[in-house]
Amino acid sequence: MSVQTPPRPAAPAPATPPPSAPPAAPVARRGRSPRSLLLDGGSLLTMAVAAVVLGMPLLWMALASLKRPDELYRTPLQWLPERFDVANYAQAAETIPLGQLFANSVGLTVAGAGLKVVLGLCCAYALVFLDVPFKRAVFLVVIAALMIPPQITIIPNYTFVASLGWLNTYQGILVPGLASAFGTFLFRQHFLTLPASVLEAAQLDGAGHWRRLWRFVVPMSLPTVAAVGLVAVVTEWNDYLWPFLVVDHPDKMTLPVGLTLLQNVDGMSNWGVLLAATVVVTLPVLLVFLVLQRRLVAGLTTGAVTG
Amino acid sequence: MAAVLAPPRDDHAAHPRPHRRPGAARRRRSLAWFALLAGPNVVLLVLFVYRPLVESFYLSTMQWNLGSPVARFVGLGNYVEWFTADSTARVLTTTAVFTVATVGGALLLGLALALLLNRRLPGRGLARTVAFAPYVLSGYAVGILWLFIFDPRYGLMSTVLGWFGAASPQWYTTPPWPLVMVVVVYLWKNLGYVALIYLAGLQAVPQDLRDAAALDGATPARTLRSIVLPLLAPTTFFLLVTMLLASLQSFDIIKAMTQGGPLGSTTTLMYQIYQEGFVNGRAGYASAGATILFLLLLAVTAVQLRYVERKVHYA
Repeated sequence: MSVQTPPRPAAPAPATPPPSAPPAAPVARRGRSPRSLLLDGGSLLTMAVAAVVLGMPLLWMALASLKRPDELYRTPLQWLPERFDVANYAQAAETIPLGQLFANSVGLTVAGAGLKVVLGLCCAYALVFLDVPFKRAVFLVVIAALMIPPQITIIPNYTFVASLGWLNTYQGILVPGLASAFGTFLFRQHFLTLPASVLEAAQLDGAGHWRRLWRFVVPMSLPTVAAVGLVAVVTEWNDYLWPFLVVDHPDKMTLPVGLTLLQNVDGMSNWGVLLAATVVVTLPVLLVFLVLQRRLVAGLTTGAVTG
Repeated sequence: MAAVLAPPRDDHAAHPRPHRRPGAARRRRSLAWFALLAGPNVVLLVLFVYRPLVESFYLSTMQWNLGSPVARFVGLGNYVEWFTADSTARVLTTTAVFTVATVGGALLLGLALALLLNRRLPGRGLARTVAFAPYVLSGYAVGILWLFIFDPRYGLMSTVLGWFGAASPQWYTTPPWPLVMVVVVYLWKNLGYVALIYLAGLQAVPQDLRDAAALDGATPARTLRSIVLPLLAPTTFFLLVTMLLASLQSFDIIKAMTQGGPLGSTTTLMYQIYQEGFVNGRAGYASAGATILFLLLLAVTAVQLRYVERKVHYA
């Protein structure tokens, strides 16, 4: 603080203002105002530049996917496509079974996220509301799994899935990732905050565990369910390494894996086609994000609050 | 809800016997429900998380190729080979550079972005959306997209560099540019997340503390250094750990953009595990690499747990 003190007496705020001057406050405010305006202006400009730099790549992807090859390879750069041409999308769909891949991705994402949420809800209910002696140990087994990175387990899981004959199958992609540690943990945290009286009342009313879970606990936990579900949707949709290892038949691939196939088939000679497929991979998640932004962000950043 | 709560208490007290059946039968029913509800999740965790973890340790002591019927016990042989291999120093250096650059870069730029977005500026909601969007996208798709942007002849990057009078480096082929390229993409994808977490931390900094500092004549820079940053320390620590764990495991972007090349210049430890295990088929050797990565990640987590525990104790 001592560093800051010397300039202060020199500041134009004399102890004896001229008699005609109004009280000191407006002077001070008028003195600050241009500077803070300048600061605001600078910040605004910086923010605008940052937004353009960060947003440009996605815009560029969309624009490039609509350009003809000769427009893509032009110097100086051509910014906008002359007309919106979907030929790249058509060619991508010819090279790889894009429709099938899309259906695979949607199906696996919905099934995977749905099952994950159900498994997490059931497990968390058992951990919170059922009275069994080894409950704490089971809880530890669940949360300790959070510390085991999935990347470490790929080789044994691959050989296991192969031994089950599950390579190139949907269950091979789906089942190994179903177990819910993060979701169970979040659900449990939330269930612990629920009013016990409501559940006791439901019990007195003759509602069994199954009914209590789905008719009382889940409706009281919808924001958490939405957050966990959305995170699961985004993770499943984007998952790459595991489905890439398990599947090499185009019919069973998910969209991100199909992108690899397209990259290998078309090489980097045909950017328009590859970028059209990239749009198909990214646009659905982008739309989910834009529509359900608050819930999704809440889910993705929950770790910061609980961790 | 009122209907549910309707039965008065003495009604319950009047029939204590038929509802409450204490003892073995009740306990057995609880156990059955527990098994039914928690069982599937726990079985899946054991089968696909714990079992492979243990098996990975076991495999790391074997000389075994993927799909081969023969495996030979080699003890610590794979580890000895890894630690003495020519490639190891390069892999570790690449991993360290990639990790430090991505984690450090994301924290610094994310904090700057958060400070900017914390100001009451028009359009900051939109800017926040734009900044966060890349975080939710497929890493592989993002890699492909940026590969096009980095194209040294027709890419957007070469045009932008041209505005500043710079020629485009050979991003694809000449080290260290491929690694720089991968780091840039990783930063772009994760910046919004870091900024958002920092933003939450900034909103928890009491405004009157800043006002008091401003009254004392502190410059904005001084307030940042002496008040805001120290109060953000827990957030920074959380982000440091989270980003470290994520960065050490990152795969998709590298796979999409460089496949670990050229000449292994973008092969991180994680990428090496994939490459040895699934490209070269050396599953035993790759498992040793996986164990080393696991220990590295575990060390990071252990530091975090210890810190969190201390915070709880002294809070």
